[in-house]
Amino acid sequence: MNDLTPIRHRPTHGEDRPLNISRRGFLGGAAALVLSVTVPVGRARAQAAVVPGTRIPAFLEIRPDSTVLFRSAFIEGGQGIFTAMAQIVGEELDVDPVNFVVEGAPPGPDYLLTGGGRFTGGSMSVRMSYETMRRLGASARRMLLEAAAARLGVAVSELSTEPGRVVHAATGRAIPYGEIAGAAAELQVPDDVALRVNADFRWIGKPVPRLDARDKSTGRAQYAIDLKIDGMLHAAVQHSPRLGGEPGMLANEAEVLARPGVHSVHRLPGAVAVVADSWWRARRAVETLQVTWTEPTAGTPHAMPSDFSSETHMAALKATPGEGVAFETVGDPAGALEGAARVVEAAYDAPYLVHGQLEPPSAIARWNEDGTLELWIPNQAPEMFQADAAKVAGIGPDKVIIHSPMLGGFFGRHFLYQTANPYPQAILLSKAVGRPVKLIWSREEEFLRDTLRPMGAVRFRAGLDAAGLPVALDAVAVGEGPTGRWFGRQPDKVDSSAVEGIAGKVYAIANRRVGQIHVDDPAIIGFWRSVGHSMNDFFYETFFDEMADAGRQDPYGLRLRLLADSRRHKNLLEAVADLSGGWKRGPFAAEDGTRRARGVAMASPFGSEVATIAEVSLRDGGVIVHDVWVAIDPGSIVNPAIIEAQVNSAVALGLSSALLEEVVYVDGMPQARNFDGYPILPPDRMPRVHVRIVESGAPMGGIGEPGLPGVPPAVVNAASVLTGQRIRSLPLSKLDLKGMEG
Amino acid sequence: MELTVNGSTHRVDVEPDTPLLWVLRDTLGMTGTKYGCGVAQCGACTVLIDGQATRSCVTTVDSVAGLAITTIEAIDQDPEGRKVVEAWVANQVPQCGYCQSGQVMAATALLKQTPQPTEDDIAGAMVNLCRCGTYNAISAAVRQAAQA
Repeated sequence: MNDLTPIRHRPTHGEDRPLNISRRGFLGGAAALVLSVTVPVGRARAQAAVVPGTRIPAFLEIRPDSTVLFRSAFIEGGQGIFTAMAQIVGEELDVDPVNFVVEGAPPGPDYLLTGGGRFTGGSMSVRMSYETMRRLGASARRMLLEAAAARLGVAVSELSTEPGRVVHAATGRAIPYGEIAGAAAELQVPDDVALRVNADFRWIGKPVPRLDARDKSTGRAQYAIDLKIDGMLHAAVQHSPRLGGEPGMLANEAEVLARPGVHSVHRLPGAVAVVADSWWRARRAVETLQVTWTEPTAGTPHAMPSDFSSETHMAALKATPGEGVAFETVGDPAGALEGAARVVEAAYDAPYLVHGQLEPPSAIARWNEDGTLELWIPNQAPEMFQADAAKVAGIGPDKVIIHSPMLGGFFGRHFLYQTANPYPQAILLSKAVGRPVKLIWSREEEFLRDTLRPMGAVRFRAGLDAAGLPVALDAVAVGEGPTGRWFGRQPDKVDSSAVEGIAGKVYAIANRRVGQIHVDDPAIIGFWRSVGHSMNDFFYETFFDEMADAGRQDPYGLRLRLLADSRRHKNLLEAVADLSGGWKRGPFAAEDGTRRARGVAMASPFGSEVATIAEVSLRDGGVIVHDVWVAIDPGSIVNPAIIEAQVNSAVALGLSSALLEEVVYVDGMPQARNFDGYPILPPDRMPRVHVRIVESGAPMGGIGEPGLPGVPPAVVNAASVLTGQRIRSLPLSKLDLKGMEG
Repeated sequence: MELTVNGSTHRVDVEPDTPLLWVLRDTLGMTGTKYGCGVAQCGACTVLIDGQATRSCVTTVDSVAGLAITTIEAIDQDPEGRKVVEAWVANQVPQCGYCQSGQVMAATALLKQTPQPTEDDIAGAMVNLCRCGTYNAISAAVRQAAQA
């Protein structure tokens, strides 16, 4: 028995030392390769002068065969970012993206490209790094040109490039990049370089095939869960059923230790673990352990109350009175409501959700002889994980080497959420057994410890004038947002992640207020694809239809009317109507005889604009979604094929949440521990998806998340037309719509 | 116990009720077959047993001794498998890719048994879960592979 408690010493300082990277390493060949292996870029963290995204060798290695190894600041998890990076850098470097090999970059100051920090999320990757990565590629190309000029004894102005080589048109000579990469590395990085004009783009804006499609179609792609380290043991855990409980007596420890392949049994904070020679043996053994869990002592942070239920928490949110802290106020909403010809009121809610990414979380930890700790962990934020791992390990962050493999889905799952990440356990177990340890959480443990998309409840009041047009809208959101939970919340300020999608709406309603009442969520909440928008646009856009119906306005017509002065949004709404063959709400009879209706919704998430229409029918008491049309305006684009795929994906996840998903807690424990109790969208519920990309030229917006928020409201608005009743709570599977097929 | 995986015989020393999935992944080091749920809900672990799509996470290793086990690692050696892979690449099916080994195996099994599948055949055979929602691309790729 090993009693493991976190080794939380103060991190030692003074280990960070400036890294003397000679320019020799900047481009090319063996020098760069050796450098990257022996001196992790993370060691350079003390260099205050590093401007992220400018030091070429941190990102690029041009290899002797002129292929390019590119280290991406952003982690690939299905969103296509590795391919997008190859397009953006390749366009300026003049290398076909197909000749890129892309991997996730280690921690380091060069990669802090999202507002001074670094994480893959918020649909930020391309839009936050686009200019910087273009400049990086263009600078490297310029250095290759200068090296070629010296080699050929001609002026740079006589040279140009073709993909992967410098050419001297006058003499027909050409030098592959791989041959001059070493010489180019000796040169100064140019201060300023010209970027290609958009009209000359070969790869940016084109449907370039994904670099990882073949590996992912043949089982060759490797995720964290697939990695193997020499000498490693396998570990499995059983967590306290309620967060905050600690392992007490183990009734059958001797019996478990005697099971085949079992190496050792361990107590961890809030969990027990078995280390064995295979994961299956470890898992069977740990699940056989009869553990008495102690109740949390008073003051244990985030302890889950034993009487907690999602139902009572929802009731508490709905019963919390007040107007909350104002987040957005325009005009005189109170006065306008007072003077309105009619007031419409409704309350909406949405449940907890899990991420449900198909790759269960894992972590491999290895303590090296030189005192460093090496981790292979699924993560969206290498520096944050590095800093936290250092605290767990009791060593300096510079002693922690982070490998960030491809993610088998994330949707917000792999942020730093201490109680939801397996690596602290792997660190402690590896230390205890003196060997590398690979820990996998079973799907059941994942359902127990995944962070949840918060539940939410919103109360709306709208004031209509005598003509039925909205003159006031007041919304009060009750609950907690994940941004405040993880990045700090100020009591007198509203966490924008709690109200985004209710606030920031684009309709011209003269008087409006969005307020928020903070209520601590007893569950561990996290970021879930499109964050607050994932439910808030459902609340707002469905209430919008309710308001339109009350004023006898067509919901599409009313939206168009309220967007009359916003050309970008009006165009987009008209685009989605056009894509769907012209707006029609229904009910109408489809060719197959079913009675159908359409719903529309708009959203402004993550810098992009989206308009969505869904067509539904009712069958066997449930909602069938036949088609979803999405018009998306991200301003400008890098890869239309990936955008279309991401919109398909966002539609699937949004629909899954609208139709099926709900985490239910009873007695402080989630009732579903696998997909049999928590269904996610199966293939036969997937609608056809039609996408139109509109490039308005506005500043570049996000892609991974924006397709999601419009889906639940468009579907529910359509379903409400068929049922004749408003639907104000998700998921739809809670409702029995039998007899409403009409 | 002897297992025939991708035409090769392997001696494995594991408990007879060990799921085939974990013998493939941990004992034989073939990690193309994925663990998703462990309870035959998601299909990420799909392999072929005598040509039939089978969820290896709930298939005990003793039940498949002597049978022909085919995994994604041998997909290029199978004529239908090759067609499926090419269609997968042509249709740019994968996003995160984690479920796609299982999807490709399910599609290969379908085409082995039903070279010209109807839409209902495809819907009946392609039931594995994909959290990225690549379902429309999957069915398009199966249709294309059937015509190749």
